[in-house]
Amino acid sequence: MLDPCAHCEEMMQPYVDGVLTEAERDEAEAHLAGCSYCARRYRFEEELRHFVKISAVAPMDASLKQKLAALRTPLE
Amino acid sequence: MSETGSETPRRLAQEARDRVRFEEEALALADQVYRVARHLVGSKEEAEDLVQETYARAFRSWRSFTPGTNLRAWLLRILTNLNIDRGRRKQRTPDTQPLEEGDYFLYNRLEESTGDSTNDEERVVERLSQDDVVTALSAVPHDFRDVIVLVDIGDFSYADAAQILDIPIGTVMSRLHRGRRILKREMAEAATG
Repeated sequence: MLDPCAHCEEMMQPYVDGVLTEAERDEAEAHLAGCSYCARRYRFEEELRHFVKISAVAPMDASLKQKLAALRTPLE
Repeated sequence: MSETGSETPRRLAQEARDRVRFEEEALALADQVYRVARHLVGSKEEAEDLVQETYARAFRSWRSFTPGTNLRAWLLRILTNLNIDRGRRKQRTPDTQPLEEGDYFLYNRLEESTGDSTNDEERVVERLSQDDVVTALSAVPHDFRDVIVLVDIGDFSYADAAQILDIPIGTVMSRLHRGRRILKREMAEAATG
């Protein structure tokens, strides 16, 4: 048997993805309620997902936009 | 089917209008397509080439798009296929090494690096920079990166990602799971050296 925090770590991704069964979710939440070590890491995971989602790359150059528009079929 | 003399020009005019509309809708998505491309490939120049090839192909084969279906997914399927075709797989070494680092690894490393365990997790995420994400993603092997970029950045469902990449949903999920761990390892590297 894994130690409870290692088990909780394994459940973190499916928990955040919302794909655990109800029983598994209850089990994770029961552990999280009494374990600030894991609870902090779960909160961090959610923030990290958001941080990655908004990760900025510079927007495309206007010149690329013009090149794309130039690929259009010319109107007759 | 026989056509009267006046139907053909009318049909051609309709087709021209459909095509113009398709092209306009596709171009309106260019920023989003570029953003995905920029995360998928290593450099800005490569991303620009890839987006141009994608639009060139999309405009040529616009008739194969079914109106009313997801145009963004259709464009990104072209893009990911082109990206796979263009021998990007120089480093075609899928990451099959056992991964030592689990899902808590990045948090633990960030916490250690400041020796601060007062643990305000708001401040822990603030130790990362947006550049760290971009640098770390470029170090994730392609098969994993494709899935992360589509699902976690592009907001596609598992089913859409599976269709775009032409792999089973189960593979999307397993690559995503492993890919996120690899990404965390690379982010820890980028953020704490």
